[in-house]
Amino acid sequence: MNNNLFTYCLRLGDNGLILSHRIAEYCSAGPQLEEDLAITNVGLDLLGQAESFLKYAADIKGAGTTEDDLAFKRKEKEYRCVHLTEIPNIDYAFIMARQFLMDTYNFYLFKKLCSSKDTIIAGISAKAIKEITYHLNRSSDWIVRLGQGTDESHKRIQTAFNDLWMFTDELFETDEIEKDLANQGIGVDSSSLKKDWENKIKEVFSLAGLEKPTIEKHSLAYGKFGFHTEYLGFLLAEMQHIPLLYPDAKW
Amino acid sequence: MSKDNQGDLWEVFIQPKAGRPHKHVGSLHAYDKEMAMKSARDLYTRRQEGVGIWIVKAEEIISSQAADAESFFDPSDDKIYRHPTFYEIPDGIKHI
Amino acid sequence: MMEDSKKLEEFQAKIDADVKIEPKDWMPDKYRQNLIRQISQHAHSEIIGMQPEGNWLTRAPSLRSKKILMAKIQDEAGHGLYLYCAAETLGVKREQFLKWLHDGVAKYSSVFNYPTLSWADIGAIGWLVDGAAIVNQVSLQGTSYGPYSRAMVKICKEESFHQRQGYEIIVNLANGTKEQKQMAQDALDRWWWPSIMMFGPHDADSAHSNQSLKWKIKRESNDELRQRYIDKTIHQGEHLGLTFPDENLSWNDKTNHYDYSPIDWDEFWNVVKGNGPGNKARLAHHTKAHNDGAWVREAAIAFQEKQKLKSKIA
Repeated sequence: MNNNLFTYCLRLGDNGLILSHRIAEYCSAGPQLEEDLAITNVGLDLLGQAESFLKYAADIKGAGTTEDDLAFKRKEKEYRCVHLTEIPNIDYAFIMARQFLMDTYNFYLFKKLCSSKDTIIAGISAKAIKEITYHLNRSSDWIVRLGQGTDESHKRIQTAFNDLWMFTDELFETDEIEKDLANQGIGVDSSSLKKDWENKIKEVFSLAGLEKPTIEKHSLAYGKFGFHTEYLGFLLAEMQHIPLLYPDAKW
Repeated sequence: MSKDNQGDLWEVFIQPKAGRPHKHVGSLHAYDKEMAMKSARDLYTRRQEGVGIWIVKAEEIISSQAADAESFFDPSDDKIYRHPTFYEIPDGIKHI
Repeated sequence: MMEDSKKLEEFQAKIDADVKIEPKDWMPDKYRQNLIRQISQHAHSEIIGMQPEGNWLTRAPSLRSKKILMAKIQDEAGHGLYLYCAAETLGVKREQFLKWLHDGVAKYSSVFNYPTLSWADIGAIGWLVDGAAIVNQVSLQGTSYGPYSRAMVKICKEESFHQRQGYEIIVNLANGTKEQKQMAQDALDRWWWPSIMMFGPHDADSAHSNQSLKWKIKRESNDELRQRYIDKTIHQGEHLGLTFPDENLSWNDKTNHYDYSPIDWDEFWNVVKGNGPGNKARLAHHTKAHNDGAWVREAAIAFQEKQKLKSKIA
C-alpha cells in the first residue's frame, strides 16, 4: 500500500467531509430561505468531493475497505482534516469567514491538483475546481457584503476573522508526505500556496474594508497530522453514532 | 432604527439549451443583483435545467392588464390571412 | 353590488371552463383569502418539515444517505420558497407570512410535530409522509390559481425522488438485521396514523372544503385523496413483511378500496391546536433562526443601499 498517497487522500477527503458536516448542522437555520438553499449546495459539493477522495483512499487501502468505513469508522486521531474545518457554527459571520478562508485555500490547491500526474486525483480535481470557483465567488460576495453592510455586520465579520486567523497557519504547513508527493508531481506542497492565498485574501479584505489579523502560530499539533481540536470528538460522536451502534448493519 | 425585510422580489428566466428562448421559471427574494443571480443559479438550476439565466426585479416588469384583454387580444381573432393555411395553392406546387 | 355579482358569475364561468386565474385577474375576496391561507400553510409545512429530517442529517449512516438527505431537505426549502412566492402574488409579503407563522396565527401540517426517533423515521417520512403529500400535490397541479398550479407542477416533478428515497431506506432496513427490521416496523407503527391524518378532517367536517372544491382550489376531497393514499401504500408495506398498525385494515371487494379503522380525531385536533410533542420546539427553532439572521439581512439591505448611492454619484 502506498502510505503517503493514502494519507494525502485522507487529508483532501477529510477537509470536505468535516466542513460539509458543519454545513449540514446549519441546515434550516439560515438567515433567509434562499441562503439556506445556496449554502446546502456548497455542502453537497464538498461532500461529493470527500466521497471521491475517500473512495480512492479506500481503494488504495484495499482488503474490501469502503469510503463509508473511512468516513464513519476511524478513530479521532486517524482523521486528517485541518482545524479550520472543525470550528463550530458560532454565527453566520464565522460560517462565511471559515468558508471563505477554506474556499480560497481550496481554489489554489485544486487548481494545481488538476495537473496531478495521478489521473484519479486530477480527475476529481477537474470536477471540484468548477465547484470551488463558484464557492469562492459566493463567499467573497458575502465577505464584502458583511464588511460593508452595517456596523454590526462589520464588527461580526472582523471578529470572526480575528478569531479564526490562528487556524490559517496550518493550511500551509507541509511535511515529508507532501514533499514526496509534490516531487513526484502527484500532490502539492502546501507552503507553495501561501502567496496566492494571501493575495486573494488581501484583495477581498480591501473591498470589504476589513483588516488582516496578525498571524500567531497557535499550535504545532495540527489536524492534518492527526492532532485535533476538542470540537472534532463531539462532531464524530454524532456522525459515527449509527455505524458504531450497529457495526454489522448495512444502510 | 433597525431595518429588516426579505429584500426585493425577482423573476427568473432560464434558457434550457443554447439557442432556445429563456423561459420564466419562478421567483426569489434577494437584496442585490449578484445575490439574485447566484440564488437563481442555486435555486433553479439544481437539476441541470439550464445554460443561461436572466433575472429582473418583479417591480420593473410591465404587464398587460386583464381588464384590457378584450381590446388587446380579440382584434387579432379575424385576421386569419396572417396564417399560411389561409391561402390556396394549386395541387402539385411544392416548396412554398 | 350588481357589478360584483356579474363579476362573480364570470369568475365562476372561467373556473368551470378550467381557465386558470392569474394574479391580476378579478377574484372574489374569499377566493383570495382562501388561497392565501392554503398556499402559505403549504409553504410553512415544507419549511417546518425540514426540521424532523434535519434531526438525522448529522447522523446519516453512510455518505450516500447523507448526500441524498441533504439534497432532499434542500428541496423542501425550495418548495417552501416556490410556494411563498406563489402566495405573494396574492398581495401578501413573505415577511408577513413568516410573522403569522411565528405568532402562531398560521398553521402548518401537524405531521411535522411528531419526533423522528430513529434513522428508520427518515425512511418513514419519505415513504409515508411524502407519499401522502404527493397524492395531494398531484391533485393540486390542477388547482385553479395559475401561480399555485405552476408551483405544484414544479414541486411534483422534484418530489418524485423523495418517496423513493424513503422507501429505499425502509427496504434496506426490512432486508437487514433483525434490529433493523424492528426499527422499520416501529417507524411504520408511529407514522402510519399521522400520515393518514395529513389529509385533514373527513369531508363532512371540513370547514373550507366545499367552497374550495367549487372554486377548484382543491380538486378532490380529503376523503377521496386519503383513500387513494391508503390503497396504494398497503401493498408497498406488506411486500416487505411489515404490518400496518390497524386490525381492521382489509380489502373490500365491493368498494374496491381498503377499509380502515376510525381515525382518532382527538389526537389530530390536539396536535393541530399546538399540543403535539414537537410544536413548541419546531416553532422555536424557526423563530430563532429568523431572529439570528436579522443582522445578516440588515447588512444586505445596507450594502445594497450603499451600492445604489455609489452608482448615483458615479
